[in-house]
Amino acid sequence: MARLDKKACLVTGGASGIGLAAAQVFAREGGKVMIADRNQAALDAAVAANPGLIPYAVDVSDPAEVEAMVRAAVDRLGGVEVAVLNAGVGSAGTPLDGHSIEDFDRVIGVNLRGVWLCLRELVKVMKPRGRGSIMLTASIHGHAARTLASPYTTAKHGLVGMAKGAALELAAHGVRVNTVDPGFTDTPLLAGALSAIVPGDAEAGAAVLSRAIPMRRLGRPEEVAEVMLFLASDESSYCTGASFAVDGGVLAAWGPTPD
Amino acid sequence: MDRLAGKVAVITGGAGGFGAAAARLFVEEGGKVLAVDRDAEALGRLEAEIGGDSFAVYAADITQADQVDAYTAAAADRFGGIDIALLNAGVTGPKTLLEDYPVEAFDQVLAINLRGAWLGLRAVIPYMKRRGGGSVVVTSSIQGLSAIPGTSGYTTTKHAVIGMMKGAALELAAHNIRVNTVNPGYGDTPMMQRIHAAAAPGNPGAVEVALSQEVPMRRYARADEVARLMLFLASDASSYCTGAAYPVDGGILASWAKTPD
Repeated sequence: MARLDKKACLVTGGASGIGLAAAQVFAREGGKVMIADRNQAALDAAVAANPGLIPYAVDVSDPAEVEAMVRAAVDRLGGVEVAVLNAGVGSAGTPLDGHSIEDFDRVIGVNLRGVWLCLRELVKVMKPRGRGSIMLTASIHGHAARTLASPYTTAKHGLVGMAKGAALELAAHGVRVNTVDPGFTDTPLLAGALSAIVPGDAEAGAAVLSRAIPMRRLGRPEEVAEVMLFLASDESSYCTGASFAVDGGVLAAWGPTPD
Repeated sequence: MDRLAGKVAVITGGAGGFGAAAARLFVEEGGKVLAVDRDAEALGRLEAEIGGDSFAVYAADITQADQVDAYTAAAADRFGGIDIALLNAGVTGPKTLLEDYPVEAFDQVLAINLRGAWLGLRAVIPYMKRRGGGSVVVTSSIQGLSAIPGTSGYTTTKHAVIGMMKGAALELAAHNIRVNTVNPGYGDTPMMQRIHAAAAPGNPGAVEVALSQEVPMRRYARADEVARLMLFLASDASSYCTGAAYPVDGGILASWAKTPD
């Protein structure tokens, strides 16, 4: 039984990693899916591998482009019932006192302001129709912090508050808003960080990082996508304003865990 | 649907609102279910309703360690092992301000909501290790993450099971056993009906109307809406989810003031 039968779905940051995995799962479950991304080459590759997905090139930090994206989604899909606001960038791994203002502005511009711009446009579409589910891809960094990631942590904490406020405004209109909070997930976004742990050796970096995860492994994008499917479907009809961790136990711990 | 095909689940509080809804759904999804409850009559009614070879009931007092050992053994004997434990048995206790709260009532709420859950958690671990993994779902509450005045026993225990869940998740992660809580808000359950009747014996319906106004979604959860989250956490779809609390509350926890219509 298709769990998203003909539902119109928009996934930003949809050309790779968690966003693409969500798009694939949504399509598998009968959804009509548009993937939006700023990376045209990645969009082309994603659509070549998944012919059912509809690509859309966008920079979510630009209000006019976001407005055009939502209009295109409505035109192509007949509306938007499910949105995964997932576009995000990593921040530079530098200490706060040396962190560049440009990097802060760039990360906030995409991860926080970009999500808010999308949310604002989507509300205009979903509210009159009286239904919808919006997910913001926050992070374990939305609930706890690591050093050397100040802009990223700030933005992801901000998304948790943004989801709660939007959920309250929209609850009476049948629109649900939640965050999904992945831990360390095997995605292109993480690849750079892994190579920094053991210089030049992402696999060794993953092994080191996995030691800090209670489940002792990275998450797979499909595992995050399954949480998104639950939230996208009517199975989560009473879930709103909440955060859904999918982190292998990271947030539950503040010290080493036993083998 | 077969999202729990081949899995064996034990559900405590299995004859109550959320527990019975989960039992129905888990069986529907191909699971084998032992429903445990202290109310043998309610179990009998549920058995008559669900029927079949994939469902059995067991009357037990989950505060007694020997009876916990007995219900886990019964599940394993009947269905060949245990993969899923939904530790859901609970009571609300009195609605009484702290200085008037009877010590005996506090002890009873702790015995059922906290010690009973801990005993169940402890007892299923060897079975799950033998199967090479498993999923434990503990029913906490919105009162596990916030408080309502006059419910010190309930609020204390529902916070405590979150700590219990996190610690167990860390201990068991390397054994492929996941542990999480569901945190329901107001639900369409016998437990809430008892609360309505106690608050306004002459007009219990008015209590639901008033409480619904506190909920951003302006309604109670249907028991099956909570059961669907339990199913997600019980199934392999949540394979990277452990050590976390999952609200299903219509938005209550996101709010600290009345929300707009």
